[in-house]
Amino acid sequence: MSDHSPATPASERLEVRKTYKLFVGGAFPRSESGRTYEVTTAGGVFLANAAMASRKDARDAVLAARKGFGAWSAATAYNRGQVLYRIAEVMEGRRAQFTADVREAEGIDESAAEAQVDAAIDRWVWYAGWADKLAQALGSANPVAGPYFNFSVPEPTGVVAAVAPQDSSLLGLVSVVAPIIVSGNAAIVIASTKRPVPAISLTEVLATSDVPSGVVNVLTGDAAEMMPWLASHGDVNAVDLTGITDPELATSLERDAAGTVKRVLRPTATADWSGDPGLSRLRAFVETKTVWHPMGV
Amino acid sequence: MTLVDALPDSSPGSLRRFLQGLPGVDEVGAVGRAAALGTRSIKKDAKAWAIDAAISMVDLTTLEGMDTPGKVRAMCAKALRPDPTDPTTPSVAAVCVYGDLVAVAREAVGDDLHVAAVATAFPSGRASLDVKLMDTREAVAAGADEIDMVIDRGAFLAGEYGMVFDEILAVKDACGPAHLKVILETGELRTLDNVRRASWLAMLGGADFIKTSTGKVSPAATPPVTLVMLEAVRDFHETTGRLIGVKAAGGIRTSKDAIKYLVLVNETVGDSWLTPDLFRFGASTLLNDLLLQRQRLATGHYSGPDYVTID
Repeated sequence: MSDHSPATPASERLEVRKTYKLFVGGAFPRSESGRTYEVTTAGGVFLANAAMASRKDARDAVLAARKGFGAWSAATAYNRGQVLYRIAEVMEGRRAQFTADVREAEGIDESAAEAQVDAAIDRWVWYAGWADKLAQALGSANPVAGPYFNFSVPEPTGVVAAVAPQDSSLLGLVSVVAPIIVSGNAAIVIASTKRPVPAISLTEVLATSDVPSGVVNVLTGDAAEMMPWLASHGDVNAVDLTGITDPELATSLERDAAGTVKRVLRPTATADWSGDPGLSRLRAFVETKTVWHPMGV
Repeated sequence: MTLVDALPDSSPGSLRRFLQGLPGVDEVGAVGRAAALGTRSIKKDAKAWAIDAAISMVDLTTLEGMDTPGKVRAMCAKALRPDPTDPTTPSVAAVCVYGDLVAVAREAVGDDLHVAAVATAFPSGRASLDVKLMDTREAVAAGADEIDMVIDRGAFLAGEYGMVFDEILAVKDACGPAHLKVILETGELRTLDNVRRASWLAMLGGADFIKTSTGKVSPAATPPVTLVMLEAVRDFHETTGRLIGVKAAGGIRTSKDAIKYLVLVNETVGDSWLTPDLFRFGASTLLNDLLLQRQRLATGHYSGPDYVTID
């Protein structure tokens, strides 16, 4: 039977080549278009096939996000904080995988990748803490000239379509997604086109860490193809243009978004993701509701 | 022997012999054919036409215990002008309500739309013939010009075809000038053979339309069931020359589904059936999705539920 023995030595295992899918509504569907594209390491070595999402996938993601928004925005802030913390816990358990993903995607050395992953996990914890403190920071009790209690509370904007940063494949992504969902919004996020693998690994974490389906939907592919449809979509309430590198495209997306009066976050300076995130991203995706309540009854 | 020679006469047992002699339905084939036709891609102009056609074929329906005159009036307003932001949107075909709300609906839509009433102890059909006939006469007297009756599925499944037949004849008589739609409640008939038999039974009894379901039983309308009913309608037309309509009701919620049904109609009985006089959708939520798709084609961007009414 020696004729049939493999030509390669037994120690060389057959490579498992990966074809990743999208993350929409808590499931992992293929792109409706059937398209995929090759993802390589920063050095140009084949890494995996990723799904090339189409505008119909984006539309499906909006439906899923709208469905997820109801229960997520109605959950208590305390519960949302717990869920975000849970994401950090699950990521911590898969630290090695994320480190390898980031190292390959960004072409950085092991220790730099580890620092990115640690910062990303810490960011979830940081935002988890904000879940039940947002109302105190962004809300207020307002003095008014009349017999009323007058107070303002932040409420989630709704469905937010975001483009994750193109360079920072994990920390940047987490820094974009966490502030959107912590206040109760549902997110559709388009991962970095050239470096989507850490985002795809993150979807595997999200699917198993108590995040209700539809709250985060991750699309891979070309943001320039999908974003015009999302920016003009009547059921999207806000867009985050962080990962749009072409200023002309960003301007045209802002114009599209104006058609349905969406909130738009278009960062002016290149972000330093390792720095203090601050509250500006949180504040960008909440609406302030002010209530006048008669006093003395 | 052709179907013409086999048509039942007044001799005893002839109806039963005819119905049981109908050729059996190839269930796998029907499911496969319906699925294959469901994959047709309808784009651009054809899609725009299909959406408008589907809107004009909707029987906008509310059949809930909590229906109020106010809700019926609101629904009628929507039936007349489904999308107030776009006057080119066609009206729906009819509004469909319970018998006691017919007068309210008729007053709200005037003579512009049909008013359909569900009668004959909808949805179970479990009442004496006298009660069913009274139910029908009251609805017609209140202004309904279409009556949706349910067949007695218990009697049908027990093989009492004659009893079901006589009941349909009696209700048809009670309808007077009103059109009669006979609901087969295919979800309870179990087999496609039964669907074919019940379709023929209803058509022989004088139905102007045969309707899949009440919407109260799952599964409601499905493409294979509708295919079998359309084939029965086609064969009935070839045999007797009479044109019978089909109404698919229940479970059709998206434009995509509606367009699949239109393809089914076109490919089974031909485009002469693609009119509200011969094909209808019984639906409540479908209309909103059709309007969203219509807005999408008109504006070039996706619309959302904030841009249609909440029913």
